[in-house]
Amino acid sequence: MIDLAVVDLSRLQFALTALYHFLFVPLTLGLSFMLVIMESIYVMTRRPIWRTITRFWGTIFGINFVLGVATGLTMEFQFGMNWSYYSHYVGDIFGAPLAIEGLMAFFLEATFVGLMFFGWDKLKPHAHLFVTFMVALGTNLSALWILVANGWMQNPVGAAFNPDTMRMEITDFMAVIFNPVAQAKFVHTVSAGYVCAAVVVLGISAFYLLKGKHKGFAKRSMTVAAAFGLLSSLSVVVLGDESGYALTDNQKMKLAALEAMWRTEEAPAGLTLFGLPNLEDRHTHFEVKVPYVLGLISTRSIDKPVEGILELVAVAEDRIERGVVAYDALEKVKADPTDMAARGQFETVRNDLGYGLLLKRYVEDPRAATPDQIKLAAWSTVPNVPLMFWVFRFMAGIGFLMIGLFGAAFVLCTLRKHETKWFLRLAVLAIPLPWIAIEAGWLLAEVGRQPWAVEGVLPTFLGASSLTVAHLWTTIICFTLLYGALAVVEVGLILRAVKKGPFAEQEAREEDARTEGEPAVA
Amino acid sequence: MELPLDYTTLRLIWWGLLGVLLIGFALTDGFDMGVGALLPFVAKKDEERRMVINTIGATWEGNQVWFIVGGAAIFAAWPQVYAVSFSGFYLAMFLVLSALILRPVSFKYRSKRPEARWRSMWDWGLFIGSFVPALVFGVAVGNVLLGAPFRLTSDLRSFYEGSLLGLFSPFTLICGLLSVSMLVLHGAAWLSIKGEEGPVLKRARAIGTAAGAASLVLFAIGGAMVAFGDMGFRITGVVDTAGASNPLRTAVEAAPGAWMDNYGRYPWMLIAPVLGFAGAAVGLLGMWRKSAALAFGGSSASAVGIISTVGLSMFPFILPSSIDAQSSLTVWNASSSHTTLFIMLIVVAVFLPFVLLYTSWVYKVLWGRSTMDALKTNPDLY
Repeated sequence: MIDLAVVDLSRLQFALTALYHFLFVPLTLGLSFMLVIMESIYVMTRRPIWRTITRFWGTIFGINFVLGVATGLTMEFQFGMNWSYYSHYVGDIFGAPLAIEGLMAFFLEATFVGLMFFGWDKLKPHAHLFVTFMVALGTNLSALWILVANGWMQNPVGAAFNPDTMRMEITDFMAVIFNPVAQAKFVHTVSAGYVCAAVVVLGISAFYLLKGKHKGFAKRSMTVAAAFGLLSSLSVVVLGDESGYALTDNQKMKLAALEAMWRTEEAPAGLTLFGLPNLEDRHTHFEVKVPYVLGLISTRSIDKPVEGILELVAVAEDRIERGVVAYDALEKVKADPTDMAARGQFETVRNDLGYGLLLKRYVEDPRAATPDQIKLAAWSTVPNVPLMFWVFRFMAGIGFLMIGLFGAAFVLCTLRKHETKWFLRLAVLAIPLPWIAIEAGWLLAEVGRQPWAVEGVLPTFLGASSLTVAHLWTTIICFTLLYGALAVVEVGLILRAVKKGPFAEQEAREEDARTEGEPAVA
Repeated sequence: MELPLDYTTLRLIWWGLLGVLLIGFALTDGFDMGVGALLPFVAKKDEERRMVINTIGATWEGNQVWFIVGGAAIFAAWPQVYAVSFSGFYLAMFLVLSALILRPVSFKYRSKRPEARWRSMWDWGLFIGSFVPALVFGVAVGNVLLGAPFRLTSDLRSFYEGSLLGLFSPFTLICGLLSVSMLVLHGAAWLSIKGEEGPVLKRARAIGTAAGAASLVLFAIGGAMVAFGDMGFRITGVVDTAGASNPLRTAVEAAPGAWMDNYGRYPWMLIAPVLGFAGAAVGLLGMWRKSAALAFGGSSASAVGIISTVGLSMFPFILPSSIDAQSSLTVWNASSSHTTLFIMLIVVAVFLPFVLLYTSWVYKVLWGRSTMDALKTNPDLY
C-alpha cells in the first residue's frame, strides 16, 4: 500500500517550495520588461536620469533574481526526488517542455544577466539594451515552457498510455505545445507578474515621494509603473476570464468547486458573489448571485448549463467502473504481453484507467473494490470546496482592486498630480497585494487539480516516491530553515537598497574622487 | 508518422548527448566550482577575494544552466533514470541542492554589505556551494559504477533500499575526491587565465599542481578498483535495441570485471582514459610553466577523458541495480519514446548552436583579467 503520510508530506513540501519560488518569479517576469522600457527611454533620450532609474531598479531586480534562480533549482529536481513515479509515468511528455525551457529560455536569461550587470561600461547603450531585452525575453519564455508543462497536467492532450512501458507517451507534440489551457495560463500568469512588478515600482516610488526624497526619479518611475500596471492589470483579469472559459472543456470539477456549485446551474447560469459552502450538507448557504454572468464567462453563451458537483461525481463513478475494466485488461497484458484479446479490451477503456487507479487509495487491487469504495473514490474527485471558493474570491477581488489602483495612478500621473498624499499612502500599502493574489492563484490552480497529479490520468497519491516520513521531515525542516533565512536576508537587502536610494552609487563615486584627489575612472 | 531516425540510433545519440551535457557542465560550471572551492585558500584579503570572485562573477550563472539542462534532459530523454536516481539518492541530492542554493545568493549578497563577518559568511557559502556538489557528484558516479540498491515492481515503481551513509565507501570516496581534484585543477587553470598575477595566482598554482597530481593518482587507483574490484554488470540474453522501454524485459547479471569488456571489444575506447591521464599531466605542466593555455587545455581534456571513461566503461548500462540486476537501466530499456527522443533531438540541434554562439559572445565582451584596481573604479563588481 502507498504510505499516505509520505504523500501528504511530499505535497506539503512541493507546495512550500513552489509557493516560495513563486514569491520571486513574478517580480522577475515583470521587472525585466520594465527595465527594458526604462532603458529604452534612456537610449532614446540619452538623459542620465533614465540610466540611474534603470540601474536602481536593476539592483532590486538582481537581489530578487538570484533567489528565483536558487529556488528554481529545487523545483527542477524535486520531481525526480519526491515524485519519482510521476516522473516515470509522464516523463515522456512532461520532461520535454522542461528541457526546452532550459535550452531555449534559461540559458538565454542566465547567460545575459551577468552581462546586464557587468556590461554597462563594456557595451554601447544599444548593445546593452539588447542584452537587457534578452534577459526579459528569456525569463518570459521560461514561464511559457513551465506553463506548457503545467498546462499539460491540467489538460493532458496529445498523449496515450502504453501498456508495454507502463507510462504515458507522446502522440501529438503540437497538441501539447498549443494546449489551450497552457496558452491561457501563460498569458494570465505573466500578466500577473507584470502587475506585481508595477506595484513594487509604484509603491517604492510613492514611498520616496511621501518622504520628499528623489522626486525626479520617483515621479518618472511612477509614470512608467502606472502605464505598465494599468495595461497589465486589465489583461490579467481579461485573460483570467479566458482561463475560466478554458476550464469548462476539461476541468468542470474545478470550476464547480471554485463556484461551490453543488447542482448543475441551468442556463443562463448565475455567478455566486458570496456564500458559505458547507461540506456536511453539500450546500452553499446565504448565496448572493449575479444572474447570467457565470454562463457568459464559462460557456460564452446564455443558453448552456454549467454542471454541478453532484452530477460530476456521478460521471466520475461511471468512469471508475470502466477504469476497473481497464485495470483488469492491463494486468492481463502485464502477465502476458502477447495477450491480444486483453490488449483489444484495454484500447476500448484506456481513457478511464486513471479513474480506476483512484481506487488504489482504498484497496490494493481495484478489481476487488466494493460499491462503497467506488462511491468514496468518486467523491474523492471533488477538491476542497471552501478553500477553492475563498481563494478564488481573494484572487479575483485583488485583481479588480489593482485595476482601480492603476486607473487612479494613470489619471494622477497624466494630470501631473504625482504627489497626491492619500494615493501615495495607498500605493505603499498595496505592495503585498499582488503576492497574495498570485499565491491564491497558484492554490486555486493546483489544489483545484486534486486529487489528480495529471487530470484524469494519474492520481497524486500514486505519483510520490517510495520515501519515508523521516526523509520528508528532514528535508521539509531544512528547506524551511534555509529558505526562511534567505528570505530575511533578501528583504533586508532590498530595504537597504531602497534606503540608500538611487543615487548612492554616484555619491560614493564622487566621494572617492574627492578623497583620492583624482578622477575615479582611470 | 515515420521518423527519419530509427529508435536504436536515437537512443545512442541521446546517450551521447547526456555525455555532452555532463561534460559541458564540468567544463563550464566546473571551473566555477573549482574557483569557489579554492577561494578561502588562495585569497586572504578582501580585495583578493573579490578579485577571485569576479573572475567568474559575470558568467557562472549561464554556466550553471548546463547542470539544470542536464537534469531536465535526463528527465525528458531518460525519465526512468531521472526517477530512480533522484529519489534513490534522495538525501544526497538534497545536500547538493542546499549547497547549490547557497551559491547564487553568496555571489550576489556578499559585497552588498561592508562588514567582515558578513563577507566571510558568504565566502564560506561559496566554498560549500562549490566543494560539496563537486564531492557528492563524484560519490554519486562511484555509486552508479557499483550499482544502486533499487528494485522495480511490475508497475515500474522504484523502491530504494540504501541509506545516505551507505553511499560512502572507499571506492566512492575516491571517486568523490577525484571529482574535487579534477575541478580544482580546472578552477586553478581558469584563475591563471582570468586572475591578476601575484600572490593569489602563486597560491592557486601550488594548489592546482597538487590537485593535478592527485587527479592522476586517484584516477589510477579508481581505475584499478574498477578493473580488479567486485563490480560490473553484463546483459545475458538477447537485446532488442529498439524494444519498448521496460527494464524488466532485459536479463542482466552481476559480473565482476565486466566494466572492462568494452575496451576489449572496441579498443578505440581506450582514448578516453588516456585522455584523462594525459590531460591532467598537461595541466600539471601548464601550472609548472605558468602557461594558462596549457593548464586550461590540459584540465579540460582531463575532465572530458575522465567523464567519458565512466560512460564508455558502463555502456550500455546507465544505472545498474546492485540488489536486483534485472531492474538495471540501460540505453536500450530506459529511454523516452521514439517520438520524444526525435523531437528533443531537433530542439537540441536548433538551440544548442545558438547557446554556444551567444555564450561565446558574452565571454568575448567580458574578456580580460579581473584586477584589484578595477574593484575601486567599477561599482558593478561583486
